Amino acid sequence: MSPQETVAAVVDPEIRVLTLEELGVLRSVAVGGDGRVTVTITPTYSGCPAMDVIRSDIRSALTSAGYLDVDVVTQLAPAWSTDLISQSGREKLAAAGIAPPRSAARPEGGAGPVRVALSVRCPRCGSPDTQRLSAFGSTACKALWRCRACREPFDEIKPL
Amino acid sequence: MTSGTATTFDLLLALGDDALVMAQRLGGWCTRAPEMEEDVALANIALDQLGAARLLLGYAGEVEGAGRDEDALAFLRTDREYRNALLAELPDEDFAVLTAKLLFFCAFQRLRYARLAGGPDERLAAIAGKAVKESAYHVDHGAQWTVRLGDGTAGSHARMQAAVDEVWPYTHELFDDEPELRAAWLSTVEPVLAGATLSRPADGWAPRGGRDGRHTEALAYLLAEMQVLHRAHPGATW
Repeated sequence: MSPQETVAAVVDPEIRVLTLEELGVLRSVAVGGDGRVTVTITPTYSGCPAMDVIRSDIRSALTSAGYLDVDVVTQLAPAWSTDLISQSGREKLAAAGIAPPRSAARPEGGAGPVRVALSVRCPRCGSPDTQRLSAFGSTACKALWRCRACREPFDEIKPL
Repeated sequence: MTSGTATTFDLLLALGDDALVMAQRLGGWCTRAPEMEEDVALANIALDQLGAARLLLGYAGEVEGAGRDEDALAFLRTDREYRNALLAELPDEDFAVLTAKLLFFCAFQRLRYARLAGGPDERLAAIAGKAVKESAYHVDHGAQWTVRLGDGTAGSHARMQAAVDEVWPYTHELFDDEPELRAAWLSTVEPVLAGATLSRPADGWAPRGGRDGRHTEALAYLLAEMQVLHRAHPGATW
């Protein structure tokens, strides 16, 4: 596998159903003339505690594939957005019982109020009769919801 | 670092210390909040604040050029060397005080980050550009609790009003560097207070000194707890 394919297959350590590429965390993979592989990633949230594991997972995937000279660079700008999650990533999230994010586009370049949509469909039973319990869930990027139809709690990747 | 537009060490310390001290105060609520969901929420907000603090203090250390990294700045400075605004360090033993601090402080941070995100220092703009999006959720959370407590029972209303009255004087210091932001800040917090049936306190006493390292007694205790492990076991990792 090429370095690009190798890195693209690395899964997110916290939401293991989708890859770093599908999550929009992977910015680029470049191979220098000397063979050094430079991987550029961006954090989802400023304090995302998974970043160290992500760096380590990328490094070990490349090492296992025979690329020993690896540099993992973190780039903050442009800031990560849930809009960067790919279509296949959204489908995998929904299949895993995690509601995919709604559009994060906001007026005033992100400085406006958080938009709360009327409803998020339950990823288990599909009912729109759901209720947000908390904007903060089991990881930095998730909100906690419950479905009033099937009574199950579920996570939503909250728009950012 | 972008030469020519580099931000001063003092400003980066002020921003980073604001976030770090808020993170420490919020983290102290984990397992003590009124609901389990709230333990998770406050810990999440603390984590966002800590993430911003690490980026800001790491940058501050590079600007200073004296070999101090984020850990050296966080764990090896005394209270007199901290530059956070006093509001961040105020004790919040009552959940209503925490709520008032969350609304007032995060509304200020969001405005400040929004401005810095469009500023000339590219590295600071990148840090602020991330933090401002996270701030919107923090403000939202503080606003929701303010309304829930203010417009709740007679008891919760009285405690929320007392909390707002207690911390309001400390909000003046937030705008010492950028006084023009206060109008926008008021336009965020005043409707929340009104919606919560709370009175907006009159402006008057305005304690300050945090930006110059003159803090309340509370900061030294906060730092003692935060720094004890690093000071007892320098460089410890696990």
